[in-house]
Amino acid sequence: MSDTSDDQGIPAPEGTADIIDTDYTIGQDNIETQIGPFGLDIHNPVFLVSGLSIIAFVFYALALPEQASGFFGWLRPALTSTFDWFFLGAANIFVLFCLALIVLPVGNVRLGGAEATPDYSYVGWFAMLFAAGMGIGLMFFGVLEPVYHMAISEPLGVPSPIAEDGTIIAANVDAAREMGLAATIYHWGLHPWAIYAVVALALALFSYNKGLPLTIRSAFYPIFGERVWGWVGHVIDILAVFATLFGLATSLGFGAQQANAGLEHVFGIPVSTSVQVILITGITAIALVSVLRGLDGGVKVLSEINMLIAAALLLFVLFAAGAAAIMTEFFDGFVAYVKDIVPLSNPFGREDTGYMQGWTAFYWAWWISWSPFVGMFIARVSRGRTVREFVVCVLLIPSLVCILWMATFGGAAIEQVLADPAGSAVKAQVIDSYNPPISLFAMLEGLPLSGLTSVIAIVLVIVFFVTSSDSGSLVIDTITAGGKVDAPVPQRVFWCVFEGAVAIVLLLGGGLGALQAMVISTGLPFTVVLLLMCWAIWRGLLAERRA
Amino acid sequence: MFERIMVPVDLGHAEKLEKALLCAADLAAHYGATAVYVGVTTEQPSSLARTPAEYAQKLAAFAEDQAKLRGIATESKAYASHDPAVDLDPTLLKAVGETRADLVVMASHIPNIADHLWPSNGGSIATHTDVSVLLVR
Repeated sequence: MSDTSDDQGIPAPEGTADIIDTDYTIGQDNIETQIGPFGLDIHNPVFLVSGLSIIAFVFYALALPEQASGFFGWLRPALTSTFDWFFLGAANIFVLFCLALIVLPVGNVRLGGAEATPDYSYVGWFAMLFAAGMGIGLMFFGVLEPVYHMAISEPLGVPSPIAEDGTIIAANVDAAREMGLAATIYHWGLHPWAIYAVVALALALFSYNKGLPLTIRSAFYPIFGERVWGWVGHVIDILAVFATLFGLATSLGFGAQQANAGLEHVFGIPVSTSVQVILITGITAIALVSVLRGLDGGVKVLSEINMLIAAALLLFVLFAAGAAAIMTEFFDGFVAYVKDIVPLSNPFGREDTGYMQGWTAFYWAWWISWSPFVGMFIARVSRGRTVREFVVCVLLIPSLVCILWMATFGGAAIEQVLADPAGSAVKAQVIDSYNPPISLFAMLEGLPLSGLTSVIAIVLVIVFFVTSSDSGSLVIDTITAGGKVDAPVPQRVFWCVFEGAVAIVLLLGGGLGALQAMVISTGLPFTVVLLLMCWAIWRGLLAERRA
Repeated sequence: MFERIMVPVDLGHAEKLEKALLCAADLAAHYGATAVYVGVTTEQPSSLARTPAEYAQKLAAFAEDQAKLRGIATESKAYASHDPAVDLDPTLLKAVGETRADLVVMASHIPNIADHLWPSNGGSIATHTDVSVLLVR
């Protein structure tokens, strides 16, 4: 029995929806084969081409390290400084587009058809959104960025309150403090989540309501039509696999270096590549267990555990640093964000290029290069939500949580710097010298029980990496299986191990920086892609309303 | 002796199930039991169906075909799973209870080295349920 018999059921999601009429059958280009005892079900040629080109690029980075790091080291800043206006302008469009979806009637459309019910509870859903979206970044930048923007990068020309001799310039304190938080929240609030929301919504809509395979190319159906199943689509999917795998592998490599720095800071474990290789192997091994346990038993459980630990750490810092003061920071930061979001997001005629190009445009390219991965994962777990509910939960709630997180960690750190500039470890690690991986631990050092909280922070960093590695393997496996989400499990295992191996090879041979710069460079073409997606979503939603 | 025989089917590979299907049908005819065909699909569009509802219809049609072909009473029950590559066993175990089956007849492969890592679905069902299970190899 096969699916060729057309008389066996009319394609219909639960309730009304507007299925796209295509002759393409999911899996028609797949190769089902047996390698030894393991069954495989992979897309031809996406699986092979992505796998081989990833290996080729790793060899390139290893064989010609100077050339690779020279080229990509030039390319990335060249793109973010030349196209800063494009990144900023596009991100603004994504935010406005998402906000419009909340208020317009098309927000009523339900992903999966009018009668679909949500697959996950709010808690599980939200934990997974968050862990995949930015968990690890909050750990890394929560202290670094607010302090840096307050004291060094001078967004919108707000002067630093720290004089060159290290004393405090009282007149600058209030404005710089607010700007430190507002400029950070801008990078972690509405804009990044709008980027994720656009990709996730496009994939969810075209898969659950239009009946196309859950893979990146499906979102391009309105633009390319049936050609999307040919080479155009192959290239889109291969690019997405590429960005996801290298994005994950390079951050795994850097993450191991960060975790190692933390371990040295807390336990005096020396910083060495062998410790880092052990960390990558350990993270990959835990990720493998999670992969084998599947979506519900693996990623979901880990994400929920991580949410709990992160919430506990947040509450601890909140109370240890003075809840009243932090809540004031939260409201001040929130108000400053609302007040400054327009000038901060203005793409033209800016003089604070250090902040705008070095941070904002870099971040936007970074979030956008991650968006195929995070967007696809969010789509996978969001069936059954209405578009309005989806946008509120993917855009507004995570933004609020990020504001609270940044206000708490950044606020506590800024308070330490301003209260005792000479004795502050944060000032020593962020302002006097630039040691990003240590910044969080330096802040925790200024609070009680720092030994315990530092260990918790290291655990949190590691588990966030496990969830990224796990959900990344799931996403890559689905794309390289042509949108089949039930391909044999050994394939996921392969991608999870492959990602760890690429990270280790790049760590030992050098080239992490070059390839990460390459991934961020993919942000530019993907920005165009995302703008097209907005249009595709709009068309798709209108058709859905008419259905 | 048996009233309801649950037969897990993979509609995508029905040709490989021929022996198990025949065996289940013979038993159903012998005991006057109902064969309940159970299928598990993805919530995302798959090669068989673009929605869970479409899959359920295909499975129902399959069950009807079997009824006509083998002259037995049949039913069908489709499940949609978040992650069927991993959740198949728990879903089938849930189905044993929900279909009130007293016998499970299912196809299984000859064990190989991979079964140490990923036990066969049939083996796993037989281990975790208290109803009778017949694995057809």
